[in-house]
Amino acid sequence: MVHGEIWTIKEFFVLPNEYIYWSIQIVMYPFMTGLVAGAFVLSSLYHVFNVKQLKDIARFALVFSFALLPVAMLPLMLHLQQPLRGTNVLMTPHFTSAISAFGIVFLAYACIVASEIWFVYRKHFVDVVNNLQAKSQRTMLENLQLLLNRVLTLGAMDIGKESLDKDHKAVSLLAAIGIPVACFLHGYAGFIFGSVKANALWMTPLMPVIFICSAVVSGIALCIITYIVTMKLRTMWAKRHQGEPGVPSIAQLRQVEDTEVRMSAKALLTFMVLAVTLELLDIIFRGYTAVKSWDILREVIYGLDFYKIFVFQYGLGNFLPFLLLLLPGVTVRRAAFCSLLVLFGVFMMRWNVVIGGQAFSLTFNGFMHYHLPIIPHDMETFKEGLFGALFVMLCPYVIFFFLNKITPVFLEEESH
Amino acid sequence: MKNHVWRPLFVVLGLVAVILLARLLIVPDDFSVGERGYMYGYHRIGNEQEWKDFKTKFRTSTYCNDCHEDRVAERVGSPHAPIECENCHGLAGDHPENPEKLTLDRSRELCLRCHTRLAYPSSDRKDIAGIDPQEHNPGDACVDCHNPHRPNLEEM
Amino acid sequence: MKRRDFLKNTLIAVAGASIPLSALEMIDPRELFAAHPELRWVFLANTHKCVGCGFCVKACKVENDTPYDANVSRTWVERYVITKNGEIHIDSPKAARDGFISADIYKGQNPLALPEVDFAHGRIEKPSAHKGEFEKIREEDIAQAFFVPKLCNQCENPACVQVCPVGATYQAPDGVVLIDRDWCIGCGYCIMGCPYGVRFFHPVYKVAEKCNFCYHRISKGLKSACVTACPFGARQIGNIRDPNDPVTQSIMSERIGVLKDEYGTKPQVFYIGLNKEVR
Repeated sequence: MVHGEIWTIKEFFVLPNEYIYWSIQIVMYPFMTGLVAGAFVLSSLYHVFNVKQLKDIARFALVFSFALLPVAMLPLMLHLQQPLRGTNVLMTPHFTSAISAFGIVFLAYACIVASEIWFVYRKHFVDVVNNLQAKSQRTMLENLQLLLNRVLTLGAMDIGKESLDKDHKAVSLLAAIGIPVACFLHGYAGFIFGSVKANALWMTPLMPVIFICSAVVSGIALCIITYIVTMKLRTMWAKRHQGEPGVPSIAQLRQVEDTEVRMSAKALLTFMVLAVTLELLDIIFRGYTAVKSWDILREVIYGLDFYKIFVFQYGLGNFLPFLLLLLPGVTVRRAAFCSLLVLFGVFMMRWNVVIGGQAFSLTFNGFMHYHLPIIPHDMETFKEGLFGALFVMLCPYVIFFFLNKITPVFLEEESH
Repeated sequence: MKNHVWRPLFVVLGLVAVILLARLLIVPDDFSVGERGYMYGYHRIGNEQEWKDFKTKFRTSTYCNDCHEDRVAERVGSPHAPIECENCHGLAGDHPENPEKLTLDRSRELCLRCHTRLAYPSSDRKDIAGIDPQEHNPGDACVDCHNPHRPNLEEM
Repeated sequence: MKRRDFLKNTLIAVAGASIPLSALEMIDPRELFAAHPELRWVFLANTHKCVGCGFCVKACKVENDTPYDANVSRTWVERYVITKNGEIHIDSPKAARDGFISADIYKGQNPLALPEVDFAHGRIEKPSAHKGEFEKIREEDIAQAFFVPKLCNQCENPACVQVCPVGATYQAPDGVVLIDRDWCIGCGYCIMGCPYGVRFFHPVYKVAEKCNFCYHRISKGLKSACVTACPFGARQIGNIRDPNDPVTQSIMSERIGVLKDEYGTKPQVFYIGLNKEVR
C-alpha cells in the first residue's frame, strides 16, 4: 500500500499520485511547537516585563516548556518515512526550505531554555549538592542524585548575593532573547505552510502570523490548565502536611492560584482576539478576491469542513471561551474549562489547516477525505493514527514528571 | 573567565562542535552546490552518475530483431507496426538470459486499450476501429480470431 | 529606561540576524554568468495523437521498477470528456496503466467508504481505486474528448527542489530534476510543493519518487521508456538547445501550451492541443 492510501478516500477527479500525505502527526507538530512557544512567552512575561503576579506560574511554564521540547520533535520522527535520517536536516540544511530552519531554530531555542533553566535553578542544584555532601551515609539513589546535581552545577558553586544577582540578570536577558526565538520557532512552522504556492488554502502571507498568535494562545491555555491541576495536587499535599514548617496554608495556596489564573486569563484573551482577527481576515479576503481556487475552497470551508471550522474551531474553541472569560467573576474552574475549549480550538485550527489543505485536489475538481486510523494494524497506522497522536500528547506530562524531580517547580521556601 | 555566567555558553559551543564533527564524518565528500546554484543544485554530486547507471529494460524491436527477424518482418507494413514488441510481450531486459521467457499478455483487455470504440471528436482515438466490449464476444480473447501481428479484417 | 533600550537593541539585533543566509545566495554571480549548457531536456506531448492506450504508463512502471499494482505512477494519462451541456468529466483509472477500456467515466470512491478490514485474516482490503462510481456518457452527448499525458515537468524553477530541507532532490545541469534515494528523509515537503502532483512516496524505498525522463536512458542516447512505447508518437523528448531537434522545431513553430504556468515554475513539458479545461 502506498503511504497515505489507507486513510485517504478520493472523490471525483483526484490525480493518481495525490494522497493525504501530511496526516495527524503533521497536525500534532505545529500544535506541540505552539505549546512550547506559548509556554515560554508566558514565562517571559514575568522574567522580562516584570508582571509580578505571574511569578508562580512563570517558573512552572518555563520547565513545562522544556518538557514539551523533545515532544515537539516526536511527531516529526513518527511521520518521516526515513526517521533515522532525521539528522540530515542538521548535516546538510538546505536553507531555501522552511523545514531546514527546524534544526537550527529548535537547537537554538533548546539551548536558550536550558540555559535559562540553569540560571533559575543553579542555586537549587548547589543547595542539593551541599545538603547531600553533608550527609555521612548516602543511599545509592542519593549518590546518583549527588552526581547528577554536581554535573548540573557546571562547577559554579558560589551562591553569594552577587552571583545570584548575575543569575537573575542572565535570566532576564535569555528570556528577552528567547521571545523572538520562540516566535521564530513557531513562525517558521507557519511559513512552512504559507509559502507552499501549490496549495491554494495554505498559501497566504498571513499564515506565519496566524500560527504565532494561536501558538501563544495555546501555550497560555495549556499552562493555565496544567498549573491548576498541579496546584490541586499541591493543595492535597499541603492538606496532608498541614501545620508543618515551610508548608503554605490552604488559604495561601488558593489565593495564589486565583491571582495567577486571573492574570493568565487576561493574557489569553488578548492573544485570542489577535488570532481570531487574522484567521477571519484570511477567509474574508479569499471570499472577496475569489481567485480561481475559490470555488473548491468554498466547498471545503463552507461545505465539507463547515462543522470543523465554524462550530468546533470558531464556536467552541474561540467564541464560547471568549464570552465566558469576559463575563465578570472568573473562577479557577471557569478558567480551566475555557482553557480546555481554547486548546481544542487551537487543535482544530491546526487540523483544519493541515487536513483541510489536503481535502481538495490540485485539479480543483475532486476531494480527499481523511479517515484517521483508530485501531492500528501495523506500524504505519499506529504512528500516524489515533494512538500515535495520544502518545505524543501524553509524553510531555511523563517528561515533566521526571523533570520536576530534578528541577522542582514548586520550591516551598519561595512561596510568597 | 571568572564569571560563572558564561558556563552554559561553553556547553552550547561544545554541542555545536560535536555537530560539526559529526558533519565531517557523516556527510559524503561530494555533497556540494552544483551548477544550478544553491537553491536548485545543492546535492550529493555522485548521485547523478548513480541514476545514469540505472538498469535499462526496454530494448525496442531492433534488439528483438537479432533473434526474431521473422516476427519483426511479419509486422512491417501492418497497422500494428508502430507498436513496440515489448508493449505486448513485456520488457526484454536481459532476455534471453533474464528473463528466459517473456510473459506475453494475450488478454482481451490488452487489445481493448485501443480497440474499445471511443468515438471522441477532437482525438485521434476516433480513427481507431473498435468494438463495444459488452457486445462483441464478451469474455473471449481477441487473439482467438484476430492476428495481432498482421491484423486484417478482410482476411478473416 | 535601561531595560527598554536594551530590549529594543536586542530585538533589532535579532531581527537583523534572522535574515537567512540563502537570501545572500540569490545574487550569486556564478549563476548569472554561467554559460548556458548545450543540453536542456524538454518534452512534447500531443493531445491530438494520444489515444489513451496506456502503454506508456505500463512501460514506465516496468522500466523504472515502480511496483506494478501500487496506485502510484511516475506518469499517467487523463481523459477529458466535455459534453454538450458544458459539463467536464475527467478520469484516470489506475493512472491509465491499463488504458481506457470503458466508455464510462470513473468518479472516484464513495466519500463515506472506509477501507475494508478483513479482521479474520488480519488484512486491509485496499480501498480499491476501482471500487467507485462510474458515470455513463452517451456518445451523442460528447462535444469533445481527448487524452492528456502527464509527467514531471522538470521545471526551470522547480518548487519541489526549493523546499527540500536536506538537499536530497536537485536539478542536474541538463535540466532534469533528480532525487537522491540515499539522502531523502521522507518528509514529503517536495510532494506538497509540486503544483502538478507528479511526486509520491515510493512504496518500497520509502523516499520521494517521480519521473526523471528516464535519465538513465536519455543519458545513453536512448529515448524515455514512455516515448519508446507510444505507438502514436504522442510523446516526444528533445533538447531545446539544439535548433535542429524536431521537438525543438515543433515547440518553436506550433501553438504550444504548458500546464499551470501561473505558479512561476517554468515547466518544460510542452503540449499541443491543450484546452482551458485541462487541470
